[in-house]
Amino acid sequence: MDRFVFLTIDGLSRGAVYAAFALALVLIWRAARVVNFAQGAMAVAAAYVAYTVSAATGSYWLGFAVALVAGLLLGALVDRVVMRHVDHTSHLNPVIVALGLVLLIQAVLGMVYGNEFRPAEAPFSRSALTVGGVAVLSPYDLFVFATIGVVVSGLAWMFARTPVGLRMRAAAFAPEVSRLLGVNVGGMLTLGWALASGVGALAAMLVIPTELGLHPHAMDLVFVSAFTAAVVGGLDSPPGAVVGGLVVGLLLSYVSGYAGSDLTPLAVLVLLLAVLLVRPGGLFAPVTARRV
Amino acid sequence: MSATRAALPPKQQLVDTGRPVDRRRGSTLLRHLAVVLVVGLLLVGVSYAVEPFRNFQLATVAAYLCATAGLTVLTGLNGQLSLGHGALMATGAYTVALCQNAFADRGMTGGWLLPLSLGAAIVSTVAVGAVVGVAAARLRGPYLAGVTLAVAIVVPALAVTFDGVFNGEQGLSVPVEPPPMALGPYFPYERWQLWLTGAATLLALLLLANLIRSRYGRTFRAVRDDEVAARLAGIHVARTQVLAFVVSAATAGLGGALLAVLAQSVSPGAFSLTLSLFLLMAVVIGGLGRLTGALWGAVLLVALPDLTHSATEMLTLSPAVAQRLEGNLPLAIFGLTLIVVMIAAPGGIQGLLSRLGRRLRARRS
Repeated sequence: MDRFVFLTIDGLSRGAVYAAFALALVLIWRAARVVNFAQGAMAVAAAYVAYTVSAATGSYWLGFAVALVAGLLLGALVDRVVMRHVDHTSHLNPVIVALGLVLLIQAVLGMVYGNEFRPAEAPFSRSALTVGGVAVLSPYDLFVFATIGVVVSGLAWMFARTPVGLRMRAAAFAPEVSRLLGVNVGGMLTLGWALASGVGALAAMLVIPTELGLHPHAMDLVFVSAFTAAVVGGLDSPPGAVVGGLVVGLLLSYVSGYAGSDLTPLAVLVLLLAVLLVRPGGLFAPVTARRV
Repeated sequence: MSATRAALPPKQQLVDTGRPVDRRRGSTLLRHLAVVLVVGLLLVGVSYAVEPFRNFQLATVAAYLCATAGLTVLTGLNGQLSLGHGALMATGAYTVALCQNAFADRGMTGGWLLPLSLGAAIVSTVAVGAVVGVAAARLRGPYLAGVTLAVAIVVPALAVTFDGVFNGEQGLSVPVEPPPMALGPYFPYERWQLWLTGAATLLALLLLANLIRSRYGRTFRAVRDDEVAARLAGIHVARTQVLAFVVSAATAGLGGALLAVLAQSVSPGAFSLTLSLFLLMAVVIGGLGRLTGALWGAVLLVALPDLTHSATEMLTLSPAVAQRLEGNLPLAIFGLTLIVVMIAAPGGIQGLLSRLGRRLRARRS
């Protein structure tokens, strides 16, 4: 029972990170109809920047802030320099370009920092507090839940209540009309990319200390898990992404706890296939006809 | 009037159901056979002219070409993006390793064993490809890419989980017999490798080239261009997509098996996600949807690491820096080239070459 509680908490904590990462995927998908396969690599790049700053100044929090800024800037840069110029008539093209970005970013990181794991520090203790003899939550888990909670509710508030959020939704929903009404559609798209990349960088900062450490490929499996989370919830649905993230986090935690951590990629694949074959639009999608 | 026309269709239409009959250029099969024959003879000549290491590199190009040709048929002609072809290659490679080890353990020898193992590799990859393909036929665009990406990530995990069969991270060795004695006692092993992989690859390419020019090739393209129109024209879309995936998987399995035979070992590290990305990269840079483009891609896959290696050797660098550069520089160049090609020249190398050729011909006439 203790083990079950521990695995559940651990799964929820991991799931919160997947939820944030999946949310970043959903943000770009809704804005540009592109699944950003480079998101993992971009987030790792931001985490490396944070690592450099933290090592130079000795301050974790300065590095943390720099990672978020680096994530925002990288997202805007990728949109302005690369994605804006890709021919979007075939859905293959953006995916292929994103994969090129993955190779490029990971190779540059490997050239600068080397292809070895670097220890990543956590700002709070990761040993769990015990309540009534049962290990429950570590301070780091609390930090993860709080941060993700703030970010998710902040994004929800922004999209629902602020003029910028309204413009972003309008630009994604009807670009031509919004342009006629004076919305800077291109700028909104760049803002969407920047926000998504910033959220991705945040997720990377939170998840890397709980894994083996900082490595150019550190986010590969996280990306696949987050993609699965986004698909479970339906690529179009931000609340779905959050729920999907928690579901995937719990599943992976149970699988690695009870069956062995080597099997987690297989569990992700099985879940992804099952969801796509049974409910291709995700669990939260309304029934729609495929557009011709 | 229309009734009589329906009852008595013109004879020509009855004939024209299968291959396109192009009288000026003769039979497609014969033309492809002639090309294969010429290239085969050229390869034999080259294998005598160059040193053993180049022979080995050419053999590696041939093995990669198998996989890239299959991928270009799937992605370029049928519009299905697969990031999991590295995993399919691993399936072929591990099958060959298991077969060859089984034969060696039972003390069986003979020239027919290797073709048998290669055949088994193709069969097992077809089985895996059919499973993935059936799922893939129901998926579109990014969903398909995500699923195949997960497939690519699963392979190393499987090799480690079932380490009783696959021997974990270490992998398996692949015992391969020396060249037959009929070729003489001093026949270089690398030349034999080139003959072997060259023959297998040419056979695969011949089949692919004919498939592309056949009714099936046309249905592949029709499904890629417009699924609804293809369905209205009586094409079974899902069946066509599964068929394309299976054909592509078979060639990928053969390519992986040939790589395993060349390296005489298989390990999960050789079939990582990066290999899958490399294959996609190669076919896009070479020119999507053309077998010649797949050839350029395969050449790049072998030549680029080699070129960057000699480039880093020329610079005087500390060993640590040189080591970092050597592994990563080809990746960076590949990634950058891919992005530039996708934005500036979506036809790839072969697209540029054909445009150049057309312009030259236009100037001459």
